[in-house]
Amino acid sequence: MSYMPKSPWLVHYDASSCNGCDIEVLACLTPLYDVERFGILNIGNPKHADIFVVTGSVNEQNKSVIKNIYDQMPNPKVVVAVGACASSGGVFRECYNVQGGVDNVIPVDVYVPGCAARPEAIIDGVVQALGVLEGKYKNMVKVAK
Amino acid sequence: MSGINVWISVVLYIIFAPIAGGLIAGIDRIISARMQGRVGPPLLQPFYDVFKLMAKESIAVNRQQKLYVFCFLFFVIVTGAIFFAGGDLLLAIFALTLASIFLIIAAYSTFSPYAYIGAEREMLQVMAYEPMVILTVVGMFMVTKSFNVLDIASYSQPLLYTLPGIFLGFLFILTIKFRKSPFDISMSHHAHQEIVRGVITEFSGPELAMVEVAHWYENVFLLGIVCLFFASNWIIAIVLAIVVYLLEIYIDNNNSRLKWQHTLGSAWIVALILGVGNIAFLALR
Ligand code: SF4
Repeated sequence: MSYMPKSPWLVHYDASSCNGCDIEVLACLTPLYDVERFGILNIGNPKHADIFVVTGSVNEQNKSVIKNIYDQMPNPKVVVAVGACASSGGVFRECYNVQGGVDNVIPVDVYVPGCAARPEAIIDGVVQALGVLEGKYKNMVKVAK
Repeated sequence: MSGINVWISVVLYIIFAPIAGGLIAGIDRIISARMQGRVGPPLLQPFYDVFKLMAKESIAVNRQQKLYVFCFLFFVIVTGAIFFAGGDLLLAIFALTLASIFLIIAAYSTFSPYAYIGAEREMLQVMAYEPMVILTVVGMFMVTKSFNVLDIASYSQPLLYTLPGIFLGFLFILTIKFRKSPFDISMSHHAHQEIVRGVITEFSGPELAMVEVAHWYENVFLLGIVCLFFASNWIIAIVLAIVVYLLEIYIDNNNSRLKWQHTLGSAWIVALILGVGNIAFLALR
């Protein structure tokens, strides 16, 4: 067992979201949900983060930003797409400037459905991401050997 | 202290200081969370964080960066080792300053604009607290006629009676040293963000773990100095250190961050009034 799942730090990026999902992500930090119980911190710095939480859909403007943040995160890392927009483009899918979900740019590990995604669903998604994170860590150790 | 005893206390310090420091950090996080109406993380969370960071990939911007961060950790340990071995207090303080300089150089070496601002602010913090730290040592010397920690600790009367101003002044800069609000301008704990993460923005994985562990050592050393103010009775000294730390947590949770001008200005005013005032009083007595 590693300490990976015990201290997941996340970085949250708002990619042209309508702010609905962002409010819900922040709601997870409030006393009602208090994700710090699980050691989850909203760290705000990709170089310290383990989990990349993206809300909103991808467009030409933020494509490079998403890629950049992802590349700056040290391995092992996982990506959680929060909300319908981040998963598939959602209601903005048909817009002329929207490319679709986050998985158009970076590999996504967990999709959290909902418009807006509920805090419970987001926490559930992050907890599932922890399993993926642990798996990636084991793989990393195996490759290193 | 004679030969072998010194080494025993140094080894005990190197082993137990991070354990104590990590537990203090864990208690700090729980109490802070309770003050905000949350449950808070488990007590051992800081240890989980550090163990996780050690397992992460290390992304260094350049080769020197790691060395500088290591020197930061090393000299913080040296500081505490000198102190807890009963050595020269002045030397310990200088070693701590050297350690802070290494952290600043490490941040500068990354050429990141965020780390730059963090490093600049860290430098302002050093400027803010250093006069008061020196005055604390000078005050202790004037009372006990020695820079030796062992002599100061075995002084017959509690230093708090003769150095009340210096004690209050030291409490003030302790807020800066512990990186607590309102003076956490270069970086802070509890994942508060300021210009990304201030000085530590560019450190990742094992390096960040080293910075974290260095802070545990540093905090234990600083609380050790607090204990020195009441060293004639160890139980009261430890109670004093606990009360001081709780006070710092309380201050942290009730203040928002100040501008650096206020940090520098208020720290120097406090050093001038409380520190110099107390020393002048001692000199004129
Ligand atoms: S999924 Fe719904 S709430 Fe979330 S960003 Fe898209 S439109 Fe807004």
